[in-house]
Amino acid sequence: MTDATQSGPMLAADGTPLKKSLARSLRRRKLRALALIAPLLLFVLLSFVIPIVSMLFRSVENGIVAETLPLTVVELKNWDAESGELPDEALYAAFTKDMVVAIDEKTHTRLGSRLNYEQTGMSSMFRRSGRQIKKLDPETDGPFKDKLIDIHDGWGDIETWRTIKTHAVPITNGYFLNAIDMRRTPEGAQAQPEDKQILIKLFGRTLMMSLIITASCILLAYPVSYLLATLPMRVSNLLMILVLLPFWTSLLVRTSAWKVMLQQQGVINETLVWLGLVADDARLVIINNQFGTIIAMTHILLPFMILPMYSVMQTIPPSYTRAAKSMGATNWTTFWRIYFPQSIPGIGAGSILVFILAIGYYITPEIVGGTKGVFISNRIAYHISSSLNWGLAAALGTILLAVVLLLYWCYDKIVGIDNVKLG
Amino acid sequence: MAALTPISRKPMSVVLPAVAIAGGFLGMFVGAGQGSVLLGIVIGAALMAGLAWVYVNVLDNERMARWITILGLGALGLLFAGVTGLIVGLLAGWFFAFFIFWLYEGRYRQKLLPYMTGQQVFWHYAFRVICGAIFVFLITPILVVLPLSFNAQDFFTFTPEMLRLDPEGYSLKHYRDFFTNNEWQRSFKNSLIIAPIATIISVSLGTLAAIGLSQSHVPGKRAIMGILISPMIVPLIISATGMFFFYSDIGRFLEGTLGMDKNFVGYVKVILAHAVLGIPFVIITVTATLVGFDQSLTRASANMGAGPVRTFFKIQMPLILPGVISGGLFAFITSFDEVVVVLFVGSASQKTLPWQMFTGLREQISPTILAVATILVVISIALLTTVELLRRRSERLRGLSPA
Repeated sequence: MTDATQSGPMLAADGTPLKKSLARSLRRRKLRALALIAPLLLFVLLSFVIPIVSMLFRSVENGIVAETLPLTVVELKNWDAESGELPDEALYAAFTKDMVVAIDEKTHTRLGSRLNYEQTGMSSMFRRSGRQIKKLDPETDGPFKDKLIDIHDGWGDIETWRTIKTHAVPITNGYFLNAIDMRRTPEGAQAQPEDKQILIKLFGRTLMMSLIITASCILLAYPVSYLLATLPMRVSNLLMILVLLPFWTSLLVRTSAWKVMLQQQGVINETLVWLGLVADDARLVIINNQFGTIIAMTHILLPFMILPMYSVMQTIPPSYTRAAKSMGATNWTTFWRIYFPQSIPGIGAGSILVFILAIGYYITPEIVGGTKGVFISNRIAYHISSSLNWGLAAALGTILLAVVLLLYWCYDKIVGIDNVKLG
Repeated sequence: MAALTPISRKPMSVVLPAVAIAGGFLGMFVGAGQGSVLLGIVIGAALMAGLAWVYVNVLDNERMARWITILGLGALGLLFAGVTGLIVGLLAGWFFAFFIFWLYEGRYRQKLLPYMTGQQVFWHYAFRVICGAIFVFLITPILVVLPLSFNAQDFFTFTPEMLRLDPEGYSLKHYRDFFTNNEWQRSFKNSLIIAPIATIISVSLGTLAAIGLSQSHVPGKRAIMGILISPMIVPLIISATGMFFFYSDIGRFLEGTLGMDKNFVGYVKVILAHAVLGIPFVIITVTATLVGFDQSLTRASANMGAGPVRTFFKIQMPLILPGVISGGLFAFITSFDEVVVVLFVGSASQKTLPWQMFTGLREQISPTILAVATILVVISIALLTTVELLRRRSERLRGLSPA
């Protein structure tokens, strides 16, 4: 106890102040822990977070017009889109100059397909005019206004130039407006024409079907989890295999099984016809529509509902219900007032999990959903691989991601990330 | 407690209607096979109710009654529908022999609490039947796929030969197709290349990070955990979209600037993408194992002069191995099962087994898919067993440690 009589700070064995020495050791431990985490964190940041962020950026990025037609964009600034008159010769000259360069680099068709998302016909106009504009010499062949209009009527249409001017900005909200069935026009955001309004409906359908799937999962999972939680451990472990086996089976196996079961000539229809419940010429249409998607996805996501419910119900002491009954409660009162409130955390955890998973599903709706039973993710995949409107795909993905992250935040608040368990 | 419940014989007015309903249900299926459902229901109900009446009032010998029912219904089944009928008949006979006396003797109350009312008893069994139906729903698709994969025809439904249990109706030809068809074999090989390498990457990086995360005083632990788990939370279609843009840029860079082989770059892209997807599973399982890990063991080992590497391999690794392996299995199955990302990131030469199945299901649906599905089910049963055994072992190990 000599330290107590010393006036200076407490010293460690090597003579440094104890406080400093402890802080140093703590810092070293922190650094070591971080060094262990760092490789993985870098890996995930590089190959997952950055791709996602760059996708988010792609949903607003719109450099293509300004890059392909740099001179035209400068000239367009001087043109008043509201005037109702065609642009002047200077703009046509600038446009020809830009186009000759663009045709040389073969970028004009890409610009055409980009503008085609906004106004149909643009793609073919750029492609067809391209062949003839190539022959013009920007230095000597002027004036260009009449020549261009000769090549294609579209260049004499004010709408063409208005569209180009509207979408010449490098950062655009156009894709997001498209994603919610609106479009960017010179007069500001406006609704799409009626026949093009499909995405809001699709978002609504995705939410609606995910809700139905979640609800039917609750309905089916509740009795099963209750049974598993109340049976003796040995029996419930055996029955648990029936839940875990589908959980572990490949998603494609289960989807193909449903395709086999639900087809017109499939197992369910054949059995019903055999039993005489359904006439042979009036077989049930239960695939390639919403019903098919709902039933297959309910089956696929059911284990994700049973497992959290089961783990919550296991912790409910059976003595509570017995106490309630001994005090004269009926079966229904016991269940509704005593058991059910205690099982709500399990329902909440399972529902959010199932809903998050359902809302972003792609494979199952694609195979059993036909055209009526598809989700927003199928539309994203369509824009990525078929229509090549990547900006719109990115915008749709961003909206979906925002919804999922919001739900996930709720999940974290209610259940906690640390409580995620597997198997 | 349960054995104390007194049981008493029940009146015929309870037994006969219940047996008749069950008999009618069986009769419906037999009737459907013979052409008239309604007649089947009526005959089935009458036959079973009559049997019950005879057994109870005339025969009064349970052993004999059981054999009569089993053999009688078996013979009827053989007469109507051959071998399948025999099996169904024997099973039905066993059930009815049990069911009639179970009801009549009141055995259904034997294992229940003595004070339960009739309604409660009924609800108790009704609830079990409902749960049984849900379990059937859970398991049916798998049970349907297994026998159909042995179909001798190219149909997706049970042929009459199959229902008659005729050996002609069964064949291994879809399996043969899987093992000889180049397309399937190539995609199988691709899966076997991609999944293990992706698993190794995610397990090695993931285990290190989980050990780092499990230590106290990690700054920003929640944020780090959130980032590491995010590949599991973000819907696959969004991950796939993001990776599609990103990896096509990376691929262009590797091929164009560094002049790497196109095929090789393709594999690298898919493997990296799958490794990221597997990471959350490794992190979750390994951190769960580390929760019960006694940190004083590493301190003791350091005390005795072992360096951190030696401590890790000799002390920590053997104890957390079950968690690491089951995390690895999760990562493996994630990659082995994955379609969306490989569809977007990979090119045709990286076609994996799920991708091949997906195109098969969408375009030219061939029964070989069912054979592949059966093989995958068998693989997943094997993995499930492994994980379960490992979990038990891990619990045992943790039970021994003083934590």
